[in-house]
Amino acid sequence: MEVQIENKEEEIERLLDGLKNSKSSDWEFRDTYNPIYSTGKGLNKAVVEEISEIKKEPDWMRRFRLKALEVFQSKPMPNWGPDLSGIDWENTNYYNKPDERKANNWEDVPDQIKQTFEKLGIPEMEQKYLAGSVAQYESEGVYHSLKKVWEDKGVVFMDLDSAVKNHPDLVKEYFCKAVPMTDNKFAALNGAVWSGGSFLYVPKGVHIDMPLQTYFRMNNESTGQFEHTIVVGDEGSSVHYIEGCTAPRWDKDSLHSAIVEIYAHKNSNVRYTSVQNWSKSVYNMPTKRAWVDENAKMEWVGGSLGSKVTMIYPSSYLRGPHATTSNLNISLAGPGTVKDTGAKAIHMAPYTSSKIIAKSISIEDGKAIYRGLLRMNKGAVNSRSRVQCDALLINDESQSYTYPHDEIYEPSGTFSHEATVGKIGTEELTYLRSRGLSEDEASSMIVLGFLDDVMREIPMEFAIEMNRLVKLEMGKLGAVG
Amino acid sequence: MVELKITNLSASVDGKKILKGVDLTVKGGEIHALMGPNGAGKSTLGNVLVGHPDYKIEGGSIVLDNIDLTNKTPEERARAGLFLAFQSPIAIPGVKISSFLRTAYKQLHPEDKTNVTQFFDNVKKHLKKVGLDESFLSRSVNDGFSGGERKRFEILQMAILRPKIVILDEIDSGLDVDALKLVADEIIEYASSEVGFLIVTHYQRILKNIDPNFVHVLVNGKIAKEGDKNLALQIEEKGYDWIRS
Ligand SMILES: Nc1ncnc2c1ncn2[C@@H]1O[C@H](COP(=O)(O)OP(=O)(O)OP(=O)(O)O)[C@@H](O)[C@H]1O
Ligand SMILES: [Mg+2]
Repeated sequence: MEVQIENKEEEIERLLDGLKNSKSSDWEFRDTYNPIYSTGKGLNKAVVEEISEIKKEPDWMRRFRLKALEVFQSKPMPNWGPDLSGIDWENTNYYNKPDERKANNWEDVPDQIKQTFEKLGIPEMEQKYLAGSVAQYESEGVYHSLKKVWEDKGVVFMDLDSAVKNHPDLVKEYFCKAVPMTDNKFAALNGAVWSGGSFLYVPKGVHIDMPLQTYFRMNNESTGQFEHTIVVGDEGSSVHYIEGCTAPRWDKDSLHSAIVEIYAHKNSNVRYTSVQNWSKSVYNMPTKRAWVDENAKMEWVGGSLGSKVTMIYPSSYLRGPHATTSNLNISLAGPGTVKDTGAKAIHMAPYTSSKIIAKSISIEDGKAIYRGLLRMNKGAVNSRSRVQCDALLINDESQSYTYPHDEIYEPSGTFSHEATVGKIGTEELTYLRSRGLSEDEASSMIVLGFLDDVMREIPMEFAIEMNRLVKLEMGKLGAVG
Repeated sequence: MVELKITNLSASVDGKKILKGVDLTVKGGEIHALMGPNGAGKSTLGNVLVGHPDYKIEGGSIVLDNIDLTNKTPEERARAGLFLAFQSPIAIPGVKISSFLRTAYKQLHPEDKTNVTQFFDNVKKHLKKVGLDESFLSRSVNDGFSGGERKRFEILQMAILRPKIVILDEIDSGLDVDALKLVADEIIEYASSEVGFLIVTHYQRILKNIDPNFVHVLVNGKIAKEGDKNLALQIEEKGYDWIRS
């Protein structure tokens, strides 16, 4: 125990020292990389056909895409929530293929792309902490690897395009089952133009003790990234899947609209962590949903930083008795950004339970919104739910709103909601400053303290990253108050 | 030569004038006791010295080793060597004691190359001395602490952060007999010719252990009487009325 504290402190200090001089340019840098193929601007049937053609897809997928395009075109924009009028459909580039190759080895990744991922520290991370890794650049996965032990046990981990080719039956079994493309306009858009994303299948009874990660990098302005990720934990398995993403900062807005589907089969344990750090020109509108079967456990851990507008509400459908889910989320609404985030828990079976902890921080005119849905279907007897939303407002003009929505059709269900809104207090700041911490350091320490119960659940490398990002945001502010 | 020189200091809070011209000099190697009735302005003096933004300095000066701190930020004062053990230390949820201490130490002693392991060995040694369990390292600053634990933790910070001028605001309040002994021992161990103390207290009992060189009595925002340790004994016997009038 003693030793642990020391080692952890030491490790954290070492990592933080390494990051001391980090700036946002560490990930906001731009590459001058030209895709080898692009569908150009705009979206129509021909573009969708073209994408399918380039990918040499089976016919079912081509038809699926065309159907999705129709749905996308027929669905209205959401008329609730943040202003999305800045999305420029006509001037968006829906598909950029960076390279012909898909490497299993960093050496085979095109130099420039490799350098980008090296700058972001991905190969190093893979070596140290990961059981497998996929890297996506623009629209396509450019790299994937999986440690041999896991491959031998039948684990599948690769970009979804490769999985469609190599494991068509497995993919077909899960593709758009939890998230039908008719779910919402952005899911339909994803259905039409999806490209990349990861496919992870963990066979029955296999426990993977290190996380697997996909890292998404967007590079060009006015582009869209539309990955589709599927994670399947078969019966009795356990797995931790992590996503990270960044994009350079552009003057023109970009769109990120992903689908994430998770299937936690009976007695499995699936954890999905995502730390999204989009730059301030990105509209981030993914649809994330998990099916959680009997006695399975689904954990969502999310950190949402950056972006212009983010709308994410990871959902857990608790389909079998004793299924449980937890959703821990941190949203940082920096200056000029809107974070409309939350969670959904749908209790469909007896003895299911859900726990949602949402923490938001609003800086300057940043706006953080919690939007949640809790539903207990009739028959979901003795189910339990707890929702806690804590907001921290850094400046006087900072905003926070909470819109919980409950639909309880089962009288034996129990649930609770708690919400707090706080500011950084002068007493706390003064206490820390009187011990030599600068105002910035003191306020980021308080902010990180506010986030602590979620941070503890994040793997250390990501906690460090969050730590650094929070400090950067706070450091930009100068006087707090 | 360590010297804190407070000259004709007046200050207000919420538009209300509390300090009305305080003169006080604390030098390295000296222990000063500051006494005075409730509401006299003792904690206000501590808060003003530490640079609490709610307290406004209306006149006078605070100088530490020839550096004028009067208009300096709290962190600049701390870095100059000033330390206040607060009367009611505030809880900061989620801020871990281990990282708090380490961050503060690095700010206050940037030149020191002690590595993390040595640093925490020292912290653990002092935790033991003030009677706090090692598990406190992974707790949050003052969060859920009992009154006595807060006081012990303030003294621990003094020992770890090694300031030049130590202001202790009622460090003895709320401590049980054994804890008072531990805290007094820690103070005595830390005292040296390089450190000056200003100990705010209502009671004789801590002064018995620590033996002040000077006793000052603050009444209504001004030093009304000064003397040696016998003055503290007189106050214990007679109260403040004879000084007030
Ligand atoms: N932040 C504040 N806001 C308003 N009034 C304050 C504030 N701080 C101090 N005061 C007032 O200033 C006066 C002096 O208070 P202070 O805390 O300095 O007294 P003290 O001498 O430390 O008393 P005690 O022995 O009870 O601790 C009191 O009337 C108190 O109410
Ligand atoms: Mg007081």
